[in-house]
Amino acid sequence: MRDFPDWIRFPVADSVDRAMAWVLTNLGWFFDWVGEVGLQILIAVERTLLFIPWWLAVIGVGVVAWRAIGRVRSGIAMAVLLFMVGAFGYWAHAMNTLSVVIVAVAFSITVGIPLGILMAWNNVVRNMLTPILDAMQTMPSFVYLIPALMLFGLGRVPATFATVIYAIPPVIRLTNVGIREVSTSVIEASTAFGASRWNLLFDVQLPLARPSIMVGVNQTTMMALAMVVIGSMIGNRGLGMEVLLAINRVNIGQGFEAGISIVFLAIIIDRITTAFARAKKAKEASGEEADTDAVEEESTSKASA
Amino acid sequence: MPPNPTESGIAVRANGIWKVFGRNPERVLEPKFRDLPKNELQRKTGCVVGLRDVNLEVKTGELFVLMGLSGSGKSTMIRTLLRLVEPTAGTLHVDGKDVSAMSHKELLEFRRNLVSMVFQSYGLLPHYTVLENAAYGLRLRGDEKEKREARAMEALNMVGLAGWENYYPTSLSGGMQQRVGLARALAKNPDILLMDEPFSGLDPLIRRQMQDELVDLQSDIGKTIIFVTHDLPEALKLGDRIAIMRDGEVVQVAEPEEILSNPHDEYVRAFTRDASPARVYTASTVMEEPEMLLYRWQGPLTARNEMERQKREWSFVVDRRRTYLGVATRDVIERLAKEKRTTVEKEDLMYLEPVRPDVVIEDLFGVVSSESYPLPVTDDDGKLLGVVRPRAILNALSTGEADA
Ligand SMILES: Nc1ncnc2c1ncn2[C@@H]1O[C@H](COP(=O)(O)OP(=O)(O)OP(=O)(O)O)[C@@H](O)[C@H]1O
Ligand SMILES: [Mg+2]
Repeated sequence: MRDFPDWIRFPVADSVDRAMAWVLTNLGWFFDWVGEVGLQILIAVERTLLFIPWWLAVIGVGVVAWRAIGRVRSGIAMAVLLFMVGAFGYWAHAMNTLSVVIVAVAFSITVGIPLGILMAWNNVVRNMLTPILDAMQTMPSFVYLIPALMLFGLGRVPATFATVIYAIPPVIRLTNVGIREVSTSVIEASTAFGASRWNLLFDVQLPLARPSIMVGVNQTTMMALAMVVIGSMIGNRGLGMEVLLAINRVNIGQGFEAGISIVFLAIIIDRITTAFARAKKAKEASGEEADTDAVEEESTSKASA
Repeated sequence: MPPNPTESGIAVRANGIWKVFGRNPERVLEPKFRDLPKNELQRKTGCVVGLRDVNLEVKTGELFVLMGLSGSGKSTMIRTLLRLVEPTAGTLHVDGKDVSAMSHKELLEFRRNLVSMVFQSYGLLPHYTVLENAAYGLRLRGDEKEKREARAMEALNMVGLAGWENYYPTSLSGGMQQRVGLARALAKNPDILLMDEPFSGLDPLIRRQMQDELVDLQSDIGKTIIFVTHDLPEALKLGDRIAIMRDGEVVQVAEPEEILSNPHDEYVRAFTRDASPARVYTASTVMEEPEMLLYRWQGPLTARNEMERQKREWSFVVDRRRTYLGVATRDVIERLAKEKRTTVEKEDLMYLEPVRPDVVIEDLFGVVSSESYPLPVTDDDGKLLGVVRPRAILNALSTGEADA
């Protein structure tokens, strides 16, 4: 009596299977085409990364990190981390992983920011997207591997696809939040001076939502990096594959090296993107400081006059 | 929409404006609902009445004040003029144009060219410099960069912010930020200026200063200004005419004196009573001519004779431009005469701290009662305008009449 009765069954699995089969038979050509284009892009990005001499990449990362973070020490640390990845013998794998991350993040941003804007503009869109985004984030990440596999077969394209699905929610959400949090008084004042919807978007909403959007981009990047490892289960090479192989062979040392390489990549990307997100703010803040001094000067000179 | 010739001299005309917030707002206009009081309506229909059948006429060049308690619909009314709030019913003419019938495009043009608004919360763009903020309205209108920056600079000069153009608003004080808001509004040289409690967020002193500047500005540029406030002294000080609102209705439109002397009903009377004369009347309303005045160059001997003749023990002393110097007592004059001095210098005098003409008399209580001399009133340049005697203050308070 306590068990759920056998005769009550609403099988959804069948319908999902049927829908998938329908998509494959009728839209297969489309996914083949997308897969082909995606593959070419991924290969081009990877070639470009591999074309850069390793020492130039190490120095370049060092300099960029130094400029972005503002400390020579951090620049050197980032360069050393990248150097270590090469020293473990994973340079090529790292570039492969990176190419997938770059393409996935670029795609997430180009789709995610406009979606976030729509969500902020329109409550209906928001109410529709919110549960979908919730689902995307709570679903175990390798569930995405199955449709990716069915649509694009094995390889880096389905891995990129799964990565996008997994990593895109933060940038959408934080774009929406950032725009919605722009103070209504600024919006109202701009409207009163005759700002159109697009004036508002480009003059007011996007610039003021920028810090929030940058946090979204940063989170999306980190999630993409995490997903790339899982993507190796469907045939993406790169660092993830090395980790997977090490696990299969119970090779702790190799697994550690590959794993720590991923961590190093993550640290480098995180530090640099976070620093870029803060860069402008820091500049404005220091400007403000100078300005406040001037205000004080002015007011004291007035008082003494 | 050709400007109606009979409308000349009228800047804003609102006819039967209703604004109802909530679902199916039109329902409220039906006969069975429209006369119900605000809270009953809200209970029965779930709708909130923001404006109820408002009829207003603002003359060109007038400083028109909208006043009322919080929630009386002042902001809703002033926003309606730009259609930042869409009226539920009624027609609205601004500068002879039917605003209520404008298409979206016409509305943008209208907002860009004819009317400017200043907000209580400033509404400046934090990522733009002061100059860019002041020029923003012109940019939306499509003015060239040089032209708009030149005009924005002009406007910044007008509000006393020259030299601040490259700062960001966050580094400015509240008063200065509101000046930027004012400059932004003036830069596009609008016919009509809307101001929604522009000074409410400011310190009393800054606030008074901004009020004075606004009065000066208006006499210089002669714009039509619609000014929202819930502060009676401010309304009395600024307004050519005042409209008092309650629960979305306009209760009385009248000139300031008439509001005070002839309140339309209990609500208005409560307003005026609430504003005790002590907070309405300023030093300038109660000040009088000094009974005696000595000029610095007159010298002690003349001064002594003069005091003798007028039988006075002391006198205010001023210089050629009537700049206030201090008080000379008879003893001092006698001493100077003995020392055979030819002029009376500032160091010889007793200096009573002067007050400004716009200080409300409430602030004078402490000062006046502790002094046996009247208070000198001076302007910004130190010129002696008059004196305030304790008796004049008491009279103003007891009778409620400034000229008693
Ligand atoms: N967007 C809105 N939705 C619902 N009700 C509103 C809205 N805006 C204003 N109201 C209601 O309309 C009435 C008038 O509001 P309004 O803001 O015009 O008052 P106010 O006179 O400007 O008050 P305050 O001095 O507080 O600024 C209030 O009862 C308010 O609750
Ligand atoms: Mg208001």
